[in-house]
Amino acid sequence: MAFVSGAVAVAGSHIASSSTAASCASHPAFFAQKSVAFREYAGFKPVTSFNRVAKFAASRNAVKFVAPATPAVTRCAFDLPPLPFEKTALEPYYSSNTLDFHYGKHHQAYVTNLNKLVPGTEFEGKSLEEIVKLSAGKNPAVFNNAAQIYNHTFFWSSMKPNGGGQPTGALLDKIVQTFGSFENFKTEFKTAAVTQFGSGWAWLVKEKDSLKIVKTLNAETPITTAAVPLITVDVWEHAYYLDYQNRRPDYVDTFLNNLVNWDFAAANFAK
Amino acid sequence: MIARAIIKGLPRNLGLAGSCAPVHAVSFASKAAVTLPDLPYDYGALEPIISGEIMKIHHQKHHQAYVNNFNIAQEKYLDAEAKEDISTMVSLQGAIKFNGGGHVNHSIFWTNLAPQSCGGGEAPTGDLAQAINAEFGSLQAFQEKFNGLTAAVQGSGWGWLGYDKGAKKLAIATCANQDPLSITGLVPLLGIDVWEHAYYLQYKNMRPDYLKAIWKVVNWRNVAERYAAAKS
Repeated sequence: MAFVSGAVAVAGSHIASSSTAASCASHPAFFAQKSVAFREYAGFKPVTSFNRVAKFAASRNAVKFVAPATPAVTRCAFDLPPLPFEKTALEPYYSSNTLDFHYGKHHQAYVTNLNKLVPGTEFEGKSLEEIVKLSAGKNPAVFNNAAQIYNHTFFWSSMKPNGGGQPTGALLDKIVQTFGSFENFKTEFKTAAVTQFGSGWAWLVKEKDSLKIVKTLNAETPITTAAVPLITVDVWEHAYYLDYQNRRPDYVDTFLNNLVNWDFAAANFAK
Repeated sequence: MIARAIIKGLPRNLGLAGSCAPVHAVSFASKAAVTLPDLPYDYGALEPIISGEIMKIHHQKHHQAYVNNFNIAQEKYLDAEAKEDISTMVSLQGAIKFNGGGHVNHSIFWTNLAPQSCGGGEAPTGDLAQAINAEFGSLQAFQEKFNGLTAAVQGSGWGWLGYDKGAKKLAIATCANQDPLSITGLVPLLGIDVWEHAYYLQYKNMRPDYLKAIWKVVNWRNVAERYAAAKS
């Protein structure tokens, strides 16, 4: 499942070296996985990212989805994927100050940590999602970092400038069918997000033919189950404290009313 | 009942006897209802280690919410208990644990800290100092071990120095979320809150920096009082 948003993709998942743009074939690139639905909806221009690696890659015109080259390269590092929007683009609802820390420090730290943990282990050469699933319940250090990389990337894509509103079409129909009304869905989603005690996430997921709202603790993620996530909101305090302090309910309201990216949800729903 | 046991464990004066802060009794306004204890110092008194802004939100918003939500859950629990509605009683256990634990933990925490003018940051002496040296080698070694374990808490939680009554020694433990230390069997002596709300506005993602700094306002006299009480 790909959820690359924006059109900036680093070739494979390899930190681009100056010699060759070698990609990691045995690393079904986290960023290079493509889905038709994604390219169609994610047709907006690549954004300038303040992430140095992404800027470097962009400067090398790696602004395209690339299929991994052969032969297999087993030593691959994960990159911090670029934000799918300018860091001021979500203001006043989600500040660039928060993104500096949330993306630039927290999300980056998970990437840095995973890259230290993976080499020389059974997880080497695997995709991020594979690592999440393999390490769940077995290797907490690897799991916590890998899952949090996944969760945060999914979270950025769950938001967009001028977000909010409602989905349309089949997804809206399914939401109404499942929750009674779109307003009821929002109420239930908000309840899940606000009652996730401590750190965690609230998700709208698709499981077989049903929609469900789930909440997860700390780094836990629905991809360790059969569920397909549609959107998520981060309710670790670091996600909202600089902008909302203790007011998690206000933050979640704002997420639903002004930030949530229903295009992303629809693309995930269509899989 | 769990809730009553937790509340009974709170010393009425929050263990403030002998510190340079005025003693405030915990009041029990109605059956099993709890109230927010006053902070033993001004919100800004722990600056620059912990900002007044953090202290105010932490006390007036976070701790107050635990108090309010505990009272709500407790009232529902008593009601269900009176009706012998066991399913409802069980379903309320989570809220009682979260919020009751939050109230217990924070009530201890406020007393574990003090402005430097009131002894905050002064190294322990006497029995407690001896026990720390015996168990950990030195105060510094204790702090390093404590900080290492506490910084590593996943998500939200607390680091604790506790007393093991059975083994008659000090121990370091960490707890997730608002689980009170009592569930480990240890008696709480010193708790450091590492929920992000405890430090984020000032230290941002740098939890290790917060942990390094907070020792400058730890009220070891209070910890010593708790230790003496735990041993007796």
